[in-house]
Amino acid sequence: MEILSYLINGLGLGSVYAIIALGYTMVYGIAKMLNFAHGDIIMVGAYLSFFAMTRFQLPVIVSVALAVLGCTILGVVVERLAYKPLRQATSLSVLITAIGVSYFLQNSAQLLWSSSTKVYPTIISNGAIKIGSLSISYLSILTILVCILVMTCLTLFVNKTKTGQAMRACAEDKGAAQLMGINVNHIISITFAIGSGLAAIAAVLLCAAYPSVSPTLGSMPGIKAFTAAVFGGIGSIPGAFLGGILLGVIETLTKAYISTQLSDAIVFAVLIIVLLIKPAGLLGKKVSEKV
Amino acid sequence: MKFNQLFKGGLAVAMAATLVACGSNGSTTSQSTGGETAGNSTAAIKIGGSGPTTGGAAVYGQAVKNAFELAVEEVNAVGDVQFEARFEDDAHDPEKAVTAYGVLKDWGMQVSIGTTTSGPGQAVSPLYKEDNIFALTPSASSLAVIYADTANASNPYGSVFQMCFTDPNQGVASADYLKAHTDLGSKVGVIWKNDDNYSTGVHDKFVAEAKEVGLEVVYDGTFESSTENDFSVQLTQAQAAGADILFLPIYYQPASLILTQANAMNYAPTFFGVDGLDGILSMENFDTSLAEGVYLLTPFSADGTDQMTKHFVDEYQKRYGEVPNQFAADAYDCVYALAQACKAAGITADMTPSQVADALKAEFTKMTFDGITGEQVTWNANGEVSKSPKAVVIKDGVYVGVQD
Repeated sequence: MEILSYLINGLGLGSVYAIIALGYTMVYGIAKMLNFAHGDIIMVGAYLSFFAMTRFQLPVIVSVALAVLGCTILGVVVERLAYKPLRQATSLSVLITAIGVSYFLQNSAQLLWSSSTKVYPTIISNGAIKIGSLSISYLSILTILVCILVMTCLTLFVNKTKTGQAMRACAEDKGAAQLMGINVNHIISITFAIGSGLAAIAAVLLCAAYPSVSPTLGSMPGIKAFTAAVFGGIGSIPGAFLGGILLGVIETLTKAYISTQLSDAIVFAVLIIVLLIKPAGLLGKKVSEKV
Repeated sequence: MKFNQLFKGGLAVAMAATLVACGSNGSTTSQSTGGETAGNSTAAIKIGGSGPTTGGAAVYGQAVKNAFELAVEEVNAVGDVQFEARFEDDAHDPEKAVTAYGVLKDWGMQVSIGTTTSGPGQAVSPLYKEDNIFALTPSASSLAVIYADTANASNPYGSVFQMCFTDPNQGVASADYLKAHTDLGSKVGVIWKNDDNYSTGVHDKFVAEAKEVGLEVVYDGTFESSTENDFSVQLTQAQAAGADILFLPIYYQPASLILTQANAMNYAPTFFGVDGLDGILSMENFDTSLAEGVYLLTPFSADGTDQMTKHFVDEYQKRYGEVPNQFAADAYDCVYALAQACKAAGITADMTPSQVADALKAEFTKMTFDGITGEQVTWNANGEVSKSPKAVVIKDGVYVGVQD
């Protein structure tokens, strides 16, 4: 029975990684850049919802909506100001800029909201469903459900809508897409908006499970989720989902059955092995470079 | 923002002081500049210190800074010794601590209260030795702060002394305490942080001592910075192992998550921590009912009834609006101990830092100090303190001393 409860905890953790990884993978797929500031958008989302709930006493749903709105705007603004002017620059310049944005957001948060840790309010009761000796917390169930919902909506959006189609076209070949009359800049903005909105949802789930808010809150989950995105095959939406879930489950199970001390070493060893065998990640497309 | 202004102000003063010092090469004119900032015409001994007033461990640095400034003012008012205080932010970062040390040295620091936390302390201790400046740290408790060779506790720096217990002593004292108080529980689980010096130090000695005295440790789990969020596995395993005491030799931030998650899974052992847990009640929006019944082994409890403790707690509360924690108390004691030693050794403001250090080293190893964190406190030549720990329990959201 214990293994089941570990599995469910792992799935919960993995679901959060998966939602964050979606942000990385979509931006990479369409803009071909690694947005290292994504983790810090999560942090901003956490603070926005925290203040909405504690200082302004708003209901949870409203707070989450505000955080999503705030992060979406922030994501688009960051894209416009920091990344768009560099559209023609080398990918290295964009990467460095992204790291710069990340530090900018972190340090601004420290100035604005001080660096001392704040404790996130409880948004879902601590209760659990009991099946025999197994107890599944409401929070794990909620997290997994939200993750599945997000995944489904996103897949439908990308496959069934016109904008989604344009996104796929941009991912395939930006130049050709532009010639077909697709406004590439517009599509990239939409991608950032969606990714950042998802970051806010991830922030709320993350803080509900681990109620501690600080300016560096996003960096570790950000890196883990980036790993998950690479693991699953960066640029692929189902890949991010699979990578996130697997990462969470492997992390929890190694902690439980092998060693709490070596859990990260083992998680990353698995990643290295997978990348050695499948360099494009689990679900990544193999692209042959034209020389 | 406030910090920024302070920093700028401090910088300006430092620059002015350096300019004057350069021009006059340490003659009496340099003291007049110092006197201005201290608001006192008599020459003052420059006392420095650093700690995290920003960053994840800010609660500690802020407490130390507050108590440091309070104590310096009180000492100056008594008039036996005059101090001029300056406290720098090191953000609990070794590199920033070295920078802070440089700033303080340029300012003309003659004696120091060292760093607030261990990691930075470890980085600057060799500098204190090299420059021969005396430091008495309130709360940097790692052995590595006073010994160059930590593994064998040998080769001490000699110029860094501690007001708090060393980490190993905390581990030993905790194991002894739990052995003597079986009413708290008999099966111990430990969750510690393996990439943290402080936590590892306490844990290792605790486990060794537990073995020695026959305390049963049923679970021993760790985490590190990158897995500092999710404790479900450790808690499930500790619960499955039947641990009815959970020993947490860690800082308060992860501890707050452990308390929350244990509560969510209806696991309610007796939580037992050491000084790193102090500060948990000051976290914004923390549900203090979660910390109800948490034990801490610490040298100070704010509800003490003796004259000195009462005075300190009242003054601190009046000024900063909160009950002081153990870090504040240690810092307060540091200033008083230094004042006592300076007076006894006849330290004056015109002595060089090196002369001050030599005199203080001799004085500290022979003096006995009575403070709010212990009576009859003594130091050995390596800088280790000897005093007795007290157990404190959190009741109704405040720290209460445990009567034995």
